[in-house]
Amino acid sequence: MKNPLDSLWGTVISGIVLTVVFFYVAQWLVARTSAGG
Amino acid sequence: MWDAIEGALLRWIHVLVGIMWVGLLYYFNFVNADAAKQANAAGEGAAISKYIMPRALFFFRWAALLTWIVGAGLLSTMQSASGLNGFLAAFGLQGEFAPIGIGAWLGTIMFINVWAIIWPNQQKILGLKPATDEEKAKARRIAFLASRANTMLSIPMVWFMVTGPHQSIYH
Repeated sequence: MKNPLDSLWGTVISGIVLTVVFFYVAQWLVARTSAGG
Repeated sequence: MWDAIEGALLRWIHVLVGIMWVGLLYYFNFVNADAAKQANAAGEGAAISKYIMPRALFFFRWAALLTWIVGAGLLSTMQSASGLNGFLAAFGLQGEFAPIGIGAWLGTIMFINVWAIIWPNQQKILGLKPATDEEKAKARRIAFLASRANTMLSIPMVWFMVTGPHQSIYH
């Protein structure tokens, strides 16, 4: 499999995918660790 | 009053040096990588290595360090709802500090990447450290991938930096 970091588009798309994944992780963390959560 | 001014000043400096760091990162990835390849193929790449890269890497790595230190200082001036220091709450991914904490962790990985991987390998590529042709070729690949990884990580990192104060999207 080709490394997505070898192309600029692969790099940018990987970054956007990571943003979406981390967004849901952040939502889960806020709900889990907020006061009373 | 002083607390507000201190926070504003730290945020201002953090953003300014962050622009310099990530701006140069984008310059390396979106402009220089292909331009240097073309210039080398035409036998004209020496000037880039001699005059541009050392200067660009100087501002790049020190801006990275300053961005991290000022960002850590800025977090330390804050306090979470549970009374925890902002730096500890962010890096501990606690409560409302979890989103900025993810950004802070991504920025930390990028900062370590700059000083521990990109800069030592660039020193070999630019001839600032002795290296054989084989070592230079290996260093070029490692530095390239670390720089691309930082470009990828900068995308979620900036998201969490700018959405930190917009907590409603995380509820």
